[in-house]
Amino acid sequence: MELSGGQILVQSLKDEGVEYIFGYPGGAVLHLYDALFQQEDIKHILVRHEQGATHAADGYARATGKPGVVLVTSGPGATNAVTGIATAYMDSIPMVVISGQVPSPVIGSDAFQEVDMIGITRPCVKHNFLVSDVNKLAETIKKAFYVATTGRPGPVVVDVPKDITDPKIKVPYKYPKKVEMRSYNPAVSGHKGQIKKAVELLLSASKPIIYSGGGVVLGEASKELTEFSRLLGYPVTNTLMGLGAYPATDKQFVGMLGMHGTYEANMAMHESDVIIAIGARFDDRVTGKLDLFCPYAKIIHIDVDPASISKTVKVDIPIVGEVKPVLEQMIELIKENKKKPDKKALESWWKQIKVWQSVKCLEFDRGSRLIKPQFVIEQLYEVTKGDAYVTSDVGQHQMWAAQYYHFDKPRRWINSGGLGTMGFGLPAAIGVKLAFPDADVACVTGEASVQMCIQELSTALQYKTAIKIINLNNRYMGMVRQWQEFSYESRYSHSYMDTIPEFVKLAEAYGHVGIRIDKPEEVKPALERAFAMKDRTVFLDIITDRTENVYPMIEAGKGHHDMKLRVALGTSTDRELA
Amino acid sequence: MRHIISILIENESGALSRVAGLFSARGYNIESLTVAPTEDSSMSRMTLVTRGSEQIIEQITKQLNKLIDVIKLIDLAESQHIERELMMVKIRTASETRDEIRRVADIFRGRIIDVTPTSYVVEMTGTSEKLDAFLATVDSGTIIEVVRSGPTGISRGEKGLHL
Ligand SMILES: Cc1cc2nc3c(=O)[nH]c(=O)nc-3n(C[C@H](O)[C@H](O)[C@H](O)COP(=O)(O)OP(=O)(O)OC[C@H]3O[C@@H](n4cnc5c(N)ncnc54)[C@H](O)[C@@H]3O)c2cc1C
Ligand SMILES: Cc1ncc(C[n+]2csc(CCOP(=O)(O)OP(=O)(O)O)c2C)c(N)n1
Ligand SMILES: [Mg+2]
Repeated sequence: MELSGGQILVQSLKDEGVEYIFGYPGGAVLHLYDALFQQEDIKHILVRHEQGATHAADGYARATGKPGVVLVTSGPGATNAVTGIATAYMDSIPMVVISGQVPSPVIGSDAFQEVDMIGITRPCVKHNFLVSDVNKLAETIKKAFYVATTGRPGPVVVDVPKDITDPKIKVPYKYPKKVEMRSYNPAVSGHKGQIKKAVELLLSASKPIIYSGGGVVLGEASKELTEFSRLLGYPVTNTLMGLGAYPATDKQFVGMLGMHGTYEANMAMHESDVIIAIGARFDDRVTGKLDLFCPYAKIIHIDVDPASISKTVKVDIPIVGEVKPVLEQMIELIKENKKKPDKKALESWWKQIKVWQSVKCLEFDRGSRLIKPQFVIEQLYEVTKGDAYVTSDVGQHQMWAAQYYHFDKPRRWINSGGLGTMGFGLPAAIGVKLAFPDADVACVTGEASVQMCIQELSTALQYKTAIKIINLNNRYMGMVRQWQEFSYESRYSHSYMDTIPEFVKLAEAYGHVGIRIDKPEEVKPALERAFAMKDRTVFLDIITDRTENVYPMIEAGKGHHDMKLRVALGTSTDRELA
Repeated sequence: MRHIISILIENESGALSRVAGLFSARGYNIESLTVAPTEDSSMSRMTLVTRGSEQIIEQITKQLNKLIDVIKLIDLAESQHIERELMMVKIRTASETRDEIRRVADIFRGRIIDVTPTSYVVEMTGTSEKLDAFLATVDSGTIIEVVRSGPTGISRGEKGLHL
């Protein structure tokens, strides 16, 4: 079969099983768009800004586990995609981004819409390729998917000069079934001796804790994590990226850890004698001040990326490998082992944990006449029966969604943790809804974040992705305001906007339903109404208590044992700002 | 401590910038870097001299290994190895200093590879310390130009870094 480069690209994507491409056309990719036009298998989702394309593809990838695919033109199209690429990179999300490039002969001449995409994206991709020969195009695409989806996943950029897709030049096409790269061989199963040592250490622990993260979600190992944890009976805490990897409603779950984690999770980390970190990377939002991190613990760390191990925190037993096979081996060894977890020690450990839990660190003022954001999330949880896909933006609303929506399944919680990209939530929700048209998809956002990719409301209409936008409108960049309140004597420097659009009208202008509410009793009915409208995107503008803060909190430079708790549950009216 | 990391890397355009970019992005120190093709034209060999604590060097080697184009690497400082650097020095000469410079170059097993009535170019290979030592013997006021390749190295014995 002889095909042009444009056709080869499209055919390769088909052979790779790609369902959706999120993209935006332009000069350098016109040949490609022409090839796309002449087929029907791959559906192209036309976004309104290339950043939206990357986040939508990313949301699709996080919800399905399949790589997201993006297509953008050269120059501004490519640079607009960079934020989304970096977002996926920080959270290890598999993604293939095809960017158009100026024709090979003029590369380097400052040609129209030329930008060094390979250079610009180098620090925020897992790998990138510049295609220099149409005969290598299919193989390059195969490699891109292979690299993006194996080992520690991540985004891969394929930069395609326009002449490579020239319809007049046809070459034989064959999509490789398999690729091998001598320079890339990610580890799979861990070192047997290390695994054995880890199991021995685990079984001799008296104050153990399981600290699991996004790697469990990425590695599809929730089942194994759950079995492993139940077998041991140890407390489990998850990172922001790991939420859902272990069922949040399970009695062994002590909540998220880290800066806005629960008091019990952080105290248990601090006091523990053995920690097993599973697909988690000791992020600074998790560890707090490194010198104070888990002073009494021996640490086991399972990670597929050797560079994640002992990067910031030195560990005692490193295990390089995929979580799933490593946990399977551990489960077997634990079952075989004559030694059992120390029952007595565990009993008093759980007793201690219960004391920490009795602090009720997530309690908030339920009598308020203002809408409390936490209350909204609790109601969202109820109305969706805890089974929705929840995307979010970045800020206080993100933390509340993480704290009050109890994710029991992996891939339901979709947020930008590593880069913390405002603007992520709305396009990501579109990507999720395309993947799961029958599921409830909610985007929990804030009035500042949602404006960063608001144009994608138009995309949502075109492709009938009926998502529900839960805008926790506190008329502040709340997270910024909170830091200013705590650390800058309430000097709220540029953390509010004098003008905020009327979101109801805005939603309507985009062809959607807008609902504004400002009383607590309206929350549940409004949510029910919104989710009952199965075929409409609904923008719920919820006017919340603008002074509310995220608690508990580890402030900068503090350790896990030194959390700031909500001081008193006073009424919010007297704290309301002018 | 000083480490010499020897890398086999795919001979792809941009491979060098991936390595250089990694060092600048992560704030690692890089003292010298040499790159050249190997006997197999699909691969290049890179020798990189860096300094850092054990923990930093561990991260550096892990991060380098993580680059998709990197095939293999070793930290030469971890075992017995030989290290060589090439230097060319252009020295201003006066009639009364010419003999002395030749003599010293001789002692260091250097060769004079360019001669004009007022200058020499001395070529010398050796460990970086030896080259430093030679430079220390030359009156710094007479040095016009120093060109050094940065060290390259190879391990001793039968074992080697290859596919
Ligand atoms: C406003 C804000 C506040 C935040 N507050 C918190 C907070 O309080 N608590 C918190 O936890 N986070 C918080 N974060 C998120 C934080 O920044 C990090 O993104 C997060 O902690 C990282 O999660 P993780 O350790 O699970 O790693 P991830 O980024 O999910 O990385 C996954 C790790 O698993 C490895 N891995 C991947 N696949 C596999 C596999 N198959 N097998 C084995 N290993 C694998 C990877 O190599 C990597 O090391 C916050 C973010 C924002 C924006
Ligand atoms: C693109 C981007 N710019 C700036 C920031 C810094 N930032 C983090 S949270 C935040 C405020 C978000 O405000 P809003 O969306 O209203 O959420 P809230 O905290 O009020 O819930 C800002 C500006 C960011 N994370 N991303
Ligand atoms: Mg806000």
